[in-house]
Amino acid sequence: MNDSAGIQARSTMTLADICKILNAEVICGEDKLDEQVTTACGCDLMSDVLAFTLPGSILLTGLTNQQVVRTAEMLDLKAVIIVRNKRPDESMVELACSKGLPILLSPYPLYECCGMLFAAGLKGCNGSVHAKDESSQKIEPAKPGEMTCGAPGLGD
Amino acid sequence: MEVSNRAEGLKETYDVAGRDFSSAGAASSRIKRILQQIGVDQGIIRRIAVSSYEAEMNLVIHASNGGRITLDISPDAVTILVEDDGPGITDIKKAMQPGYSTASDEIREMGFGAGMGLPNMQSCADELEISSEPGVGTTLKMVFMNR
Ligand SMILES: Nc1ncnc2c1ncn2[C@@H]1O[C@H](COP(=O)(O)OP(=O)(O)OP(=O)(O)O)[C@@H](O)[C@H]1O
Ligand SMILES: [Mg+2]
Repeated sequence: MNDSAGIQARSTMTLADICKILNAEVICGEDKLDEQVTTACGCDLMSDVLAFTLPGSILLTGLTNQQVVRTAEMLDLKAVIIVRNKRPDESMVELACSKGLPILLSPYPLYECCGMLFAAGLKGCNGSVHAKDESSQKIEPAKPGEMTCGAPGLGD
Repeated sequence: MEVSNRAEGLKETYDVAGRDFSSAGAASSRIKRILQQIGVDQGIIRRIAVSSYEAEMNLVIHASNGGRITLDISPDAVTILVEDDGPGITDIKKAMQPGYSTASDEIREMGFGAGMGLPNMQSCADELEISSEPGVGTTLKMVFMNR
């Protein structure tokens, strides 16, 4: 399976690969583009991100405020990708730089960004991952290309 | 302040201003850094950081009079105490339900107001106690066992 950017589908990719797929501009964190990423989350609700996102994931969002950086910090996220050509607040960029959190800007809307990364092999975060008893909340992970509609437990 | 290298007897209180979104999260950020410095298990740190941040955001968003967060580390447990000066919660049972929120549109535009904060804290913490007096304030205590 090949995506439009010509990158072979696989479950791990670097931030540089993600930049290429999403045609993204790097706002800060240039030095971290070789970091490996295995999971992602696309969401504009920070409480859902805090509940359902695996540590080390990337977050795709349309929000551009400091709280996105704080949320990423609490979860040790690898990067935040701002979608649909939105420019982040100056205060968001400043905080992200001080935390060493990469911020990427993509021209594509949230759905397209998520779809392209998913097709390229980047998995989602399934179920609640911080719960004390993780096994009780685990659901069968969707595989790229085999996603069914209305997978349970994905936040909504 | 110097943080001791052992998970013993550390207690710090941070003031949190209501409605101040520019420094919202600073207390939780500090708490996370301290727990990392003393070498608490990463999974436990994440549960504490998430809960503390959700509680701090609730304080900033809903408790317009502000309040404080106290971090208390003992050899067995980490306790996060969040106290505010109002307006309080009239129906705690309702507030604990997933999806219940009184947040304004302005808050929703910032990415909050899903009504998931308290349920998140409940699932992250080993113990959670909440008490509130309408017109006076809310006290939230969360305990995380440090196995
Ligand atoms: N410290 C507080 N003081 C007053 N009311 C509060 C406080 N904390 C929570 N509440 C009330 O409880 C409701 C539910 O809180 P909860 O954190 O679960 O959701 P939320 O803050 O509205 O949204 P989210 O946390 O998903 O961003 C709030 O909408 C608010 O009415
Ligand atoms: Mg909340």
